[in-house]
Amino acid sequence: MNGAHDLGGMHGFGPINPETDEPVFHHEWERRAFAITMGAGFLGQWNLDMSRYARECTEPAEYLSTSYYEHWLHGLEMLLIETGLLTREEIDQRMDELRNQEKK
Amino acid sequence: MSKHKHEHPPSEVELKVKALESLLIEKGLVDPATLDEVIDIYEHRVGPQNGAKVVARAWSDPSYRERLLENASDAIRELGFEGRQGEDMVVVENTEKVHNMVVCTLCSCYPWPVLGLPPVWYKSPPYRARAVSEPRSVLTEFGVELAADVEIRVWDSTAEVRYLVIPRRPNGTEGMSETELAKLVTRDSMIGTGLAKSAEDVQ
Repeated sequence: MNGAHDLGGMHGFGPINPETDEPVFHHEWERRAFAITMGAGFLGQWNLDMSRYARECTEPAEYLSTSYYEHWLHGLEMLLIETGLLTREEIDQRMDELRNQEKK
Repeated sequence: MSKHKHEHPPSEVELKVKALESLLIEKGLVDPATLDEVIDIYEHRVGPQNGAKVVARAWSDPSYRERLLENASDAIRELGFEGRQGEDMVVVENTEKVHNMVVCTLCSCYPWPVLGLPPVWYKSPPYRARAVSEPRSVLTEFGVELAADVEIRVWDSTAEVRYLVIPRRPNGTEGMSETELAKLVTRDSMIGTGLAKSAEDVQ
């Protein structure tokens, strides 16, 4: 699939700025996103190519402005919904619940 | 500064992770112990230290080096490293005349069993875009200056094939053991954006 992920040779991105002594994960949510993606992958409902395709389905502007584990999360959510393991409604509802809890 | 933990409302992405994780656990689709295990493996047990052992062995043992270049997946498995995102490995060797460098322009394919999870820069648009069009200037940003007559070969990884670079063995390391040699092998030297450390660097 041609899309924003197909970055080879594209111009205008500027310097690479490698980080010194970079940690494996930068935030707790990245750690959890990695783990649930791997854990859900063990269910065998999809393969690596399907995961990649799901990540590449991120809308182009969003793809370029979000990080690796956000792509993963986007892909995971899409696959969970497509395979019927979770529904859009229950995810949204759970997020609302969590948001309300945080406000308290 | 207040230590109140709800001071900053969680970002949408944090909420999304929590929502998915809690739902997956409640439905019995993922086991919390498995999640902890997965994190521990990739945060502590799998990393460039594995690839460094492969390179040190290749430097020390000519027959291993031959097997590694011939059939990398099998030779790497000999040292006990295998698993997801490293099923089909290709090893390329730097020489006086050829420098190899690895990228994944389409996503972030990377040889997990020997290097662990990729650093942010490897996954970033600038590296993925520029590694294939201007590798020499990319190398300069990593502090690597190669002689003008050195050919740079850039390998674009795929979901199927992952690459590992054998950096050049530094001079003055003839008497070193494999364990000592492994300390010279950095993550970047195995991606091709760095060189192995010199013997003096680790003394």
